[in-house]
Amino acid sequence: MAVTKRRSTRTAAPAAPALPSKDELIRYYREMLLIRRFEEKAGQLYGMGLIGGFCHLYIGQEAVVVGIQAAMREGDSVITSYRDHGHMLACGMESRGVMAELTGRAGGYSKGKGGSMHMFSREKRFYGGHGIVAAQVPIGAGLGFAHKYLGDGGLNACYMGDGAINQGQVYETFNMAALWKLPTLFVIENNKYAMGTAQARASAGELFERGSAYGIPGYQVNGMDVLEVKAAADKAIAHIRAGNGPVILEMKTYRYRGHSMSDPAKYRTKEEVNKMRSESDPIDNLKKLLLDQGITDEEALKVIDREVKDIVTDAAEFATTSPEPDPSELWTDVLVEA
Amino acid sequence: MVQVLMPALSPTMTEGKLAKWLKKVGDTVKSGEVLAEIETDKATMEVEAVDEGTLTEILVPEGTENVAVNTPIASIRGEDEAAAPAAAPAPAAAAPAPAPVAVAPVAAAPAPKAVPAASDEDHWYKSTQTMTVREALREGMAAEMRRDETVLLMGEEVAEYQGAYKISQGLLQEFGEKRVIDTPITEHGFAGLAVGAAFGGLRPIVEFMTMNFSMQAIDHIINSAAKTLYMSGGQMGCPIVFRGPNGAAARVGAQHSQCYASWYAHVPGLKVLAPYSAADAKGLMRAAIRDPNPVVFLENEILYGHSFEVPTDPDFILPIGKAKIERAGTDVTIVAYSICVGHALAAAEKLAAEGISAEVINLRSIRPLDIDTIVESVKKTNRLVSVEESWPFAGIGSEMAAVMMEHAFDYLDAPVVRVCAKDVPLPYAANLEKLALPQPDDVVAAVKSVTYRK
Repeated sequence: MAVTKRRSTRTAAPAAPALPSKDELIRYYREMLLIRRFEEKAGQLYGMGLIGGFCHLYIGQEAVVVGIQAAMREGDSVITSYRDHGHMLACGMESRGVMAELTGRAGGYSKGKGGSMHMFSREKRFYGGHGIVAAQVPIGAGLGFAHKYLGDGGLNACYMGDGAINQGQVYETFNMAALWKLPTLFVIENNKYAMGTAQARASAGELFERGSAYGIPGYQVNGMDVLEVKAAADKAIAHIRAGNGPVILEMKTYRYRGHSMSDPAKYRTKEEVNKMRSESDPIDNLKKLLLDQGITDEEALKVIDREVKDIVTDAAEFATTSPEPDPSELWTDVLVEA
Repeated sequence: MVQVLMPALSPTMTEGKLAKWLKKVGDTVKSGEVLAEIETDKATMEVEAVDEGTLTEILVPEGTENVAVNTPIASIRGEDEAAAPAAAPAPAAAAPAPAPVAVAPVAAAPAPKAVPAASDEDHWYKSTQTMTVREALREGMAAEMRRDETVLLMGEEVAEYQGAYKISQGLLQEFGEKRVIDTPITEHGFAGLAVGAAFGGLRPIVEFMTMNFSMQAIDHIINSAAKTLYMSGGQMGCPIVFRGPNGAAARVGAQHSQCYASWYAHVPGLKVLAPYSAADAKGLMRAAIRDPNPVVFLENEILYGHSFEVPTDPDFILPIGKAKIERAGTDVTIVAYSICVGHALAAAEKLAAEGISAEVINLRSIRPLDIDTIVESVKKTNRLVSVEESWPFAGIGSEMAAVMMEHAFDYLDAPVVRVCAKDVPLPYAANLEKLALPQPDDVVAAVKSVTYRK
C-alpha cells in the first residue's frame, strides 16, 4: 500500500524550547494584557452605545498574535480579517487611534470611516482589517509577492480564521504562493467556531494539512501558549526567509466572547468556556510561569497591570472625546488625486 | 470536386494571410493532412484536409495577404470522381467558417473621415503612424514598463503563450518572467494577489482573458481595490489596472459576451475606461497605469485588429475623464463608447447623406464621465442618442438620460433615446446575435426619431 508522506505535523515546537529572556517574557505578558484590557473596554463601550455595527473581540486568542509578531521583524507586513484589534496593538499601533476608530471619530486610524473591521497603518505595515472572510488571504500573498519582487527581505504574516479556510480563494492562493515560493506565513487562528459552527461541522480533515497537496508544510500549535506560538513561528519564519515559500501554522485557540457582540452563544456550553478560561488562559499561564520561575514578582506585574489599565483608560477617553469626522470627510479619500 | 475554403481560426477572424502551401497540385491528400499554413495577426495555424482526393487546383497562391474567410483557396477531386467541372461549392471547409454577418460590418469599415472637432489633443497628431488597437495596447504597456520598474503584467497566458489575444506579444522577451507573469486559471486568487501587490508598492496590470471572467474576481475589484482607500482614511492607495476584452466578440454565446461598463462604473473608487481607437488605447493605457487608483480598462476583441492613426511622440498620453468629439455636428448628439463609436460614426455618415448633421462623442472614460463635453454638445444639438453594447436596464444610456435631466433638461427638444443590446442573454445564432446587438441602422433610426424625421 502506498504511503503518502505527510509534511505536515502536529507540533512544530521543539520539546523544550529555551526560555526567552526576561525582558521578552515581560513584553509578551504586557502585550497580551493590553489586548485583553483593550477588548474588555471595547466591549464596555459597545454596551454603552459608543461603538456601533460589528465588533469582534479577540479575548482568549491573545497568545497567537503576540507570539507570531514576536518572531517577526521591522519591514515585515501583516494582514488579517475582521477580528483585528489585537493584531493592530501587537503591530505597535496606538490604542488611542484604534479605539477612536471603533467609536467612529476623527482621531481613528481611518478617520472614523472604516470602523472595527477596516483599519490600516502603512507606517506599521498593517494592511487591515478586511471584512470579507478570506479576502485577506490572496491579498496577503500579494504583499508577500511585493516583498519578493522588491527584494526587501520582508515577509507577510497572513492571519485567517477556521471559517475562512473553507473559502475557495484560500486554495487559489495556496497554489500560487507555493508555485512562486512567496514569503507568506499563513496563520490559521482556529478558535473552534466559525461564527456559531463548530469546526467538525464545517471542515473535513485537519486544517494544518490543508496545504499538503501544494507541498506547503503545515503545523498544529497550541495557540494558548505564547511560548509555543513563538517557537513555531521562529521555525516557520526561518523556513520562509530561506526562500522555501510559505508555511501554514494552525493555532489551536479559543475566543471567550461571542463571534460578535450579538452572539446568543447557543452553540457551546458555559462549562466549555469556563474550562478554557480556568485551565488554558494564555495570560494566567504566562503569569504563573513568570512567578513560579522567579522571573518577576507580583509587585512588578501589578505595575504593568496599572500601566496597561492607564493606557486603555486614556484610549477610551480619547475615543469618546475625539470629534466626529467633519462632514466634508464624506467626500474625501474616494480617489487618490493624481 | 470539393473546394477548400479559407477557414476562420477564431471567432473574430475575417481575413488572414495564406502563408504557405504544403501540398502542390497533383498531390494526393488524406483527411487530416496539413494542406497549408495561414497567419493572422494573432497566430499561425495549419489548414488540415477534411476530404480525401487529389489536389487539382490552388486558387490562392502562397504569400497572399488579406484572404477573406470563406474564399475558395483550392480544389480537391475525390478518388472516385471523374475530372469534371466543379459542382456547387461544397460545405466541407477545413474549419466551419462563421457567416460573415457575425462580424460587425461597420467596425470592419474604416472610420469615416469626417473632420474631427478641434481639441487640445491635436498637437499630438503632427506626426502619426498607423497601428492596430492590439499594437497600441501593447506599446502603451511596454512604454510604462520601461518607465517604471514596479509595473508588471499578470494573467492567464500573458507570457509564454504571448497573450490569448496577442496583446502581450513580446513583453516576456523584453521584460522577463519576473514582470510578465503567467498565472494559473484562478481569477479570484490572482486578482486578490495583485491587489495585495499594489498595496505593497507595485503597480500591477491584471489581464483577464476576457472581462467576463472578472466576475470571478469582482469581490477583489470592488471590495478590496476600490473601497480600501476610503476605509483607510486615505492611507491605502491601490494603483492597479484590470484590463481585458469586454462586450460581445463574435458568436461566443452569452457567457462570453457581456459588457461590464455599467457594472464597474457604478462603484465609487474605480475609474472605468473604454477606448475606441488605437490612439485611445495607447494614450489611455499609459494614463491608467500611471493613475494611483484602480482602473478597469475595457477593451474590445473585434477592435483589436482595427487600425488607426496613433501619434508617434514618445510622450503621447491621454487624460482620463475627457471625452473626444470624433465628428462635429449640429442636429443631434450621439454618445458612444468602445466599438459602438464605430457604429455611431457609420450612422453619422449615412445621416449626413440625408441631410442630418450628427455630432459623435466618444466617451473614452465612463467614470469619471465628461459631463461638460456631453452637455455642451446637447446645448447645441438639443438631442441625445446613446449607443452601447450593454443591456438597457441601469446601463450607461440610463445614466446619459439622468445626466440630461440633471444638467440639460431645458435644452432638450426630444426625449433621450438609448440604443443598447437587447434585454436578453446574447444568442449564438448569427442572425439572432446580430439582432441582439446595436447596429448602425439602429442608430440611424434612433436619430430620426429624436429629430422627428422619417
